Amino acid sequence: MVEALFWPALIGYGEAAFAYASPRTSRLATWGVRLGWLAQTALLAVQASRSSGFPWSSFAGSLNLFVWLVVGAYLVWGCRPRFRLLGLAVMPLAALLFAVARVGGGTAVGANPHYSSLFLVLHVGFVLAAFAGFTLAAALAALYLWEEHRLKRRAADILRLRLPPLQTLERLTRRTIAVSLPLLTLGLAAGIVRLREDHGSTDALEWLTLVTWLLYGGFVVARPSGRRGAYVALGGFALVVIARLALAGSHFA
Amino acid sequence: MKQLILVGLSHHVAPVELRERAALEPAAAAALARSLGEAVCLSTCNRTELYLAGGDEEAAATALSELAGEPLDGVLYRLHDDDAALHLFRVAAGLDSLVPGEGEILGQVRAAYEAVEPGALLDRVFRQALALGKRVRTETAIGESPASVSSAAAALAAQVFGELHDRRVLLVGAGRIGELAASNLASRGASIAFVANRSLDAARELAGRFGGRAVGLDELAGVLGDVDVVVSSTSSQELVVHAADVPERRRHPLFFIDIAVPRDLDPLLARLEGCFLYDIDDLEAVVAETLNGRRAEAERAEQLAAEEVERFGAWRASLDVVPAIASLRARAEEIRSAEIAKVAGRVTDDERAKLESVTAQILNKLLHLPTIRMKEAAVSADGAAYADAVRHLFGLEDDPR
Repeated sequence: MVEALFWPALIGYGEAAFAYASPRTSRLATWGVRLGWLAQTALLAVQASRSSGFPWSSFAGSLNLFVWLVVGAYLVWGCRPRFRLLGLAVMPLAALLFAVARVGGGTAVGANPHYSSLFLVLHVGFVLAAFAGFTLAAALAALYLWEEHRLKRRAADILRLRLPPLQTLERLTRRTIAVSLPLLTLGLAAGIVRLREDHGSTDALEWLTLVTWLLYGGFVVARPSGRRGAYVALGGFALVVIARLALAGSHFA
Repeated sequence: MKQLILVGLSHHVAPVELRERAALEPAAAAALARSLGEAVCLSTCNRTELYLAGGDEEAAATALSELAGEPLDGVLYRLHDDDAALHLFRVAAGLDSLVPGEGEILGQVRAAYEAVEPGALLDRVFRQALALGKRVRTETAIGESPASVSSAAAALAAQVFGELHDRRVLLVGAGRIGELAASNLASRGASIAFVANRSLDAARELAGRFGGRAVGLDELAGVLGDVDVVVSSTSSQELVVHAADVPERRRHPLFFIDIAVPRDLDPLLARLEGCFLYDIDDLEAVVAETLNGRRAEAERAEQLAAEEVERFGAWRASLDVVPAIASLRARAEEIRSAEIAKVAGRVTDDERAKLESVTAQILNKLLHLPTIRMKEAAVSADGAAYADAVRHLFGLEDDPR
């Protein structure tokens, strides 16, 4: 059952990762994203129904959930022909992380969840949702910088690329961060409550997440515009990458 | 079966003096179409075309000659069936237009079609043409690329700001070229907030037309903070706007369009953060590139038109066998009803209902495959032979259908 859902999802994401390269096949890519996401949704539902607790408590499991959230956010914001290049940035990453999640056993069923606390489940859910939003915001910011560079350079083919307007990208980046930051706040709050329950101590990942929160909080308050805003969004994403990949091991252990 | 006929003239074959004489207002075009029987008249500044469903081709040619006031031998084109359909599809897709992909023609095709009450043939071919025109504009970028410097300037501004509603424009210079660029921006929703010119009278006159305010060239630095787009086209031999004139603390981009030769705007403006500067060479390069793009997109649109002709041909071919299929089904139904009637008095209502149901199902199953096969044969040009065979085998020759 899980196999029958994993492969359609991976094929859908993989197909989108390639098909977004050409405007002619971008419609097919969009369908790949939609069908892949539906298959992954079903996969998560199966995992949830066969688990007695939180089935994505391992690092690989959380990666599975993270990919689902990123692609879900992309479906909401960017699954349109003019955002083709955004898909080209998001979907290869999604397909790769999804494959890594499988290799790590994060797409399997029947794993023994060790999350017993509701606060811990809320903590993981909210933080992952926020990170997914920040990932999408970074992709939007990268697209902004690339398009801005081409406009500055007065590239003759700028209109042929059918990109979203520069200010639309800036607005979407800002909105995505504005939606994601409260989720991160809730996730951190849930984590702190759980930490107090367990009388645990803070680790490097928690400090880094706090720095990430401060950076995005500064972004929402100061509302930096143009290139500066895009750099801040990308800087925040760099912290998210470190948090997800470099420091997650010790935190999940 | 009725033949689809097209008689017309267009910018490809007729000079403007001839086209303007043959051009008709929508109401007159509809009246002409009605006078020719089952017809649609498409009349624009670039073409006057009559599409007929089996009508009098000569009468249509004569009507156009009368409009032009001279014989049109050698100018009129006459196309039939699939060729006529392909022409209409290309017209609706914007492929036959002066500027490939222009969007106005689709509305004109729709208006011509809706102005009359076409029969089945014209209804079908025009519906397909309208659907294709829409499809070409959504699936290809043929209609999106600007074909002139002024429209390229407006498209680039939209690439920065998105919707141009509420965007304020400063027009520097009251010349014709600048006015054209400003009109393009205004047509996308931007407001011409200021017109600056050496002569304030000319500035006032142009500002009045756009609903803006006239300012002198010495006031430029003061208004740069209040606008989003600057269009400059003066005949000044010196720079009119310098990088130092731009306010440092801005939250929104500033888009500069310099269509003057020699240039009006300081090239250093391009280095300022949030400022974009395009001069006449840049704009012409964008236009050249997008026109290349149009050609590539036009090839895709041609493919879509060709596919549509195939569909139209298949539909027309199926018409060959439809009467034979209808006769066959009617004859079978007659026999079924007659046989049911014979036992009507000997069975209960319940039994009769069952008989009706069972015999109807037998009939449908028996005739399903022949119906499909005949439709398939129609597409491969054997339709008439199959239809004749069915009529002969089932004795349907006298059936009026």
